[in-house]
Amino acid sequence: MNDLIQSLSAPDRDFPKVESGDTVKVHVRIVEGDKERVQIFQGVVIRVRGGGNEATFTVRRIASHSVGVERTFLVKSPRIEKIEILRRAKVRRAQLYYLRNVRGKAARLKERREYAPKDKK
Amino acid sequence: MKGMIGKKVGMTQIFDEKGNVIPVTVIQAGPCYVTQIRQADRDGYTAVQLGFEETKPARLTKGQLGHLQRNKLPALRVLREFRLKRDESSDLTEGTEIKVDVFAKGERVDVVGTSKGRGFAGTIKRHGFHRGPKTHGQSDRERAPGSIGMCATPGETLKGKRMGGHMGDERVTIQNLEVVVVDAEKNMLAVRGAIPGHRNSIVVIKPTVKR
Repeated sequence: MNDLIQSLSAPDRDFPKVESGDTVKVHVRIVEGDKERVQIFQGVVIRVRGGGNEATFTVRRIASHSVGVERTFLVKSPRIEKIEILRRAKVRRAQLYYLRNVRGKAARLKERREYAPKDKK
Repeated sequence: MKGMIGKKVGMTQIFDEKGNVIPVTVIQAGPCYVTQIRQADRDGYTAVQLGFEETKPARLTKGQLGHLQRNKLPALRVLREFRLKRDESSDLTEGTEIKVDVFAKGERVDVVGTSKGRGFAGTIKRHGFHRGPKTHGQSDRERAPGSIGMCATPGETLKGKRMGGHMGDERVTIQNLEVVVVDAEKNMLAVRGAIPGHRNSIVVIKPTVKR
């Protein structure tokens, strides 16, 4: 990337790296009139795309009456207060669009546990 | 006179203080030098000539080098003139360096560039014609322009009928773009929205004629 474009990149925030299959809690700052509050959106990350300021990830959550709701966030957006990763899952593709067509038991993802790497001397 | 010559770097997006996304085009603008002041009595018109982008002296002709040498300027690849109004006299002197800080954040500018060349383009791409049906017994008519005129009266195709032909690679001005970033240190300018041309193409930035 060109240096000039690079110099416009938004500051890096202390967020964990989000990957497809992660179950995350996204804390979003919402401005209503002159009031500000934080809303939490929790669900499974089904897509991570782009780089730099344009990077986004999409979170899918099942709302009431088992209606699927997807929301796409800009990774670098200052409106994101915090990202928490609750669970990581073993997935075999980068875009988990198939989750849209399955429900209930079929929509489960196998958890991926990460162990601290052994110290190599 | 206010103006700059620059080079299109590319597009990105930035966040404003409210967190809104602004799509911007980054331009490497300047440093420019005043290479000549065109005067009415000598040249028949008034204008300020700016030069941009240093290059190897060997890349220029001796005539071009001599023209720049008069004001002890480095070898500049691009020269552009900015016309002055009839009674306006130049506030700049030859040999001065101009930086992007002539423009301020929030100002509106026009950007002139050369659009990307599309080669010989058909009527759909060039004039936004509709395509024909893909089915119902059609063959080879999908992107055809259709009828180009009437019958024995007038017996000819009207002049100016829109057809396929060369598209792009022409001078295009985008008016009233907002200046979003000005960085004199990096010679960087960013305007809201897109500007004509491919990356590394030369563009001219001047105050907008709108408003």
